[in-house]
Amino acid sequence: MTSQGPTVAIFATCFNDTMWPEAPRATVTLLERLGCTVVFPREQTCCGQMFTNTGYADEAVPLVRKFVDVFERYEHVVAPSGSCVGSVRDQHAMLARRSGDGGLVTAVEELTPRVLELSEFVVDVLGRTDVGAYFPHRVTYHPTCHSLRMLHVGDRPLRLLREVRGIDLVDLPNATECCGFGGTFAVKNADTSIAMGSDKARHVRETGAEVLVAGDNSCLSHIGGILGRQRSGVRTLHLAQILASTEEDPA
Amino acid sequence: MSTSPADHGAPPTGDVGAGPTAYPDEPAPLQRTSATFLGMPSFQTAAKAALADTQQRRNLAHATATIRGKRAAVVAEVEAWEELRVAGAAAKDEVLHHLPHYLEQLEENLTARGATVHWARDAEEANRIVVGLVQERDADEVVKVKSMATQEIELNEALEAAGIHAWETDLAELIVQLGHDRPSHILVPAIHRNRAEIREIFLREMGEVGRPAPEDLSDEPARLAEAARLHLREKFLRAKVAVSGANFAVADTGTLVVVESEGNGRMCLTLPETLISVVGVEKVLPTFADLGTMLQLLPRSSTGERMNPYTSMWTGVHAGDGPQDVHVVLVDNGRSHVLADPVGRDALRCIRCSACLNVCPVYERAGGHAYGSVYPGPIGAVLNPQLRGTGSDVDKSLPYASSLCGACFEACPVRIDIPALLVHLRTQVVDEASGRSVEALGMKAAAWTFADHRRLEAAQRAATVGGRLLGDRTIRTVPGLGAWAQARDVPTPPKETFRQWWRRTHGDGAGTDGTGTDGTGTDGRTA
Ligand code: SF4
Repeated sequence: MTSQGPTVAIFATCFNDTMWPEAPRATVTLLERLGCTVVFPREQTCCGQMFTNTGYADEAVPLVRKFVDVFERYEHVVAPSGSCVGSVRDQHAMLARRSGDGGLVTAVEELTPRVLELSEFVVDVLGRTDVGAYFPHRVTYHPTCHSLRMLHVGDRPLRLLREVRGIDLVDLPNATECCGFGGTFAVKNADTSIAMGSDKARHVRETGAEVLVAGDNSCLSHIGGILGRQRSGVRTLHLAQILASTEEDPA
Repeated sequence: MSTSPADHGAPPTGDVGAGPTAYPDEPAPLQRTSATFLGMPSFQTAAKAALADTQQRRNLAHATATIRGKRAAVVAEVEAWEELRVAGAAAKDEVLHHLPHYLEQLEENLTARGATVHWARDAEEANRIVVGLVQERDADEVVKVKSMATQEIELNEALEAAGIHAWETDLAELIVQLGHDRPSHILVPAIHRNRAEIREIFLREMGEVGRPAPEDLSDEPARLAEAARLHLREKFLRAKVAVSGANFAVADTGTLVVVESEGNGRMCLTLPETLISVVGVEKVLPTFADLGTMLQLLPRSSTGERMNPYTSMWTGVHAGDGPQDVHVVLVDNGRSHVLADPVGRDALRCIRCSACLNVCPVYERAGGHAYGSVYPGPIGAVLNPQLRGTGSDVDKSLPYASSLCGACFEACPVRIDIPALLVHLRTQVVDEASGRSVEALGMKAAAWTFADHRRLEAAQRAATVGGRLLGDRTIRTVPGLGAWAQARDVPTPPKETFRQWWRRTHGDGAGTDGTGTDGTGTDGRTA
């Protein structure tokens, strides 16, 4: 495919960049396959969510400023994380107001609606649901809370998955219930977090799926950590990895 | 005797937007933590113990799943549900932004229709007023309608201390009271008990305080309800004084409203000679028409019913019909303090439907007692630290007792953005702390790293080197990570970060359009 599509700045997110590079790599592969020109502004670091949600707003404000500086020149910003996009779209305005910097408030209001989660970008901007992927495995999808209730991505990820050739997509029971990760919650309330994660893992196993897919590696690593500890024989993949998968280059 | 507004210079006047004017010269005081909850451990400590209570886990999982299903079904029937939510939130906001005005109007209309209005700044004052009213009528017992406000001020304890028996007449409250227990849910206070436990409590306790349960009592719901009905009936017929709360207090008519399912409330509100209602100041609604919105939102959200079985409304005194001696105690008890925070005061919209509890995965597992207050669950996690401040272990921990999954906001009939309020309160907790905790230092260090991508890249190099040494992508035990790693495998860093891969495959700079970065001056290519 030729590069006829839009230019997209990828926001890799610090967590994916450092711990789960497979997801932003697959995002690049997928978007390039769909004809986009992908750029990676190297000055990017972190959206600040971990600081904001732990109560460290003063530490988060400079990261909001940095995010604006790095991305405001781009028409499309795409991240393989519902949670980080949720923080940008839902929390950056509040942080900018806290900073008392009117210019930052305006810049944030201008930029953040253009920051999209992967499935939003592919379905709404590119207008695609069949992305030419091939993944002949039994898969179940967990809609992560921030994708679902902050971004309202709805069934976009499922519409994309349903078009994947060879896939055996099965419903996850109690799908919309939180997996219990919640960032800082998993550390501060570890026992409750594990109680929630164990139930999520049980529902995943009930499906008989071989692969659990979601749009957020933070949640996936939490559930995957429990599934792994149980030697459950279920692996986790980011949505981007399945959508990037082809016969020649399988995930 | 009655405390008239003049005694305190209350009711407040002016627009509360400029600050709660009940306290014109000072910041409005916090609620004092009641005796029951003094010294409560942090949420996580209490939750850890509660998670091990298998009976409670099973009861809660079953009960909340049932009520979640019912709620979802009846909410889905209402096409204009979102419009109703917006209208409900707007009615409450209107009151909260002009609280003194609506309180004055409420008092005027109540007084004009024969009720006596009392103002109480805090729990102690409210209790003193109610105890005084009961004593003046030479009564040694009262029957009670389920009420969160009287639980909050611990009125039953104050009445007992004055030698006055307070009989709870709501079935679940009766179970809790007879079991010398604490409520764990706003709407279903005995949600942590199952039928077998209830039967045992009835058999053991009813005879101590009135008509005993029949010896052959079984745990069938109908038999349990019958035992409660017989036990309560003699109290209803005997009591001269009833104490209630109110779900709503309508300013433009002076009407109080109690919404209930069992009819016990209707008995209390109509049979006794004296009716004393303890009402939080945030319960005011501007107009009678606002009830149209609220009475659609509340039953569907709380019990999952289209309409609740009993809705009682009374407007002052009606000659020859119902109580002839009607009192209303308007209680602040920390609410003005909450009102002073333009973000946090959204929590005062709450109509105590408990939908947020029923959809909360944390509440479902940890139960209500871990929240250290009569207000558990998501609303408790935002309301208690605001009413009582964030000084105690439990109040400091409550804003963190959530994974921020957002299910509460989605369910809330008056659109309280509880996750946003939790984050707001977390910031308050951090702002009030010394800034020298291990966590704070770690956060500052991380913020320093993220301030410049070159620092991040340096940190990543260290991590990926570690990752290469560890080889595998999984760690099964991590000393020091505690419970995190006890039940989860922890990933180790990959051998190559995303940005290292990008540079290897796409070259340096932002990419192909050349506009994305001035990165040429910040090379640091060592990967
Ligand atoms: S916060 Fe909302 S959902 Fe929770 S009890 Fe109050 S009104 Fe109901």
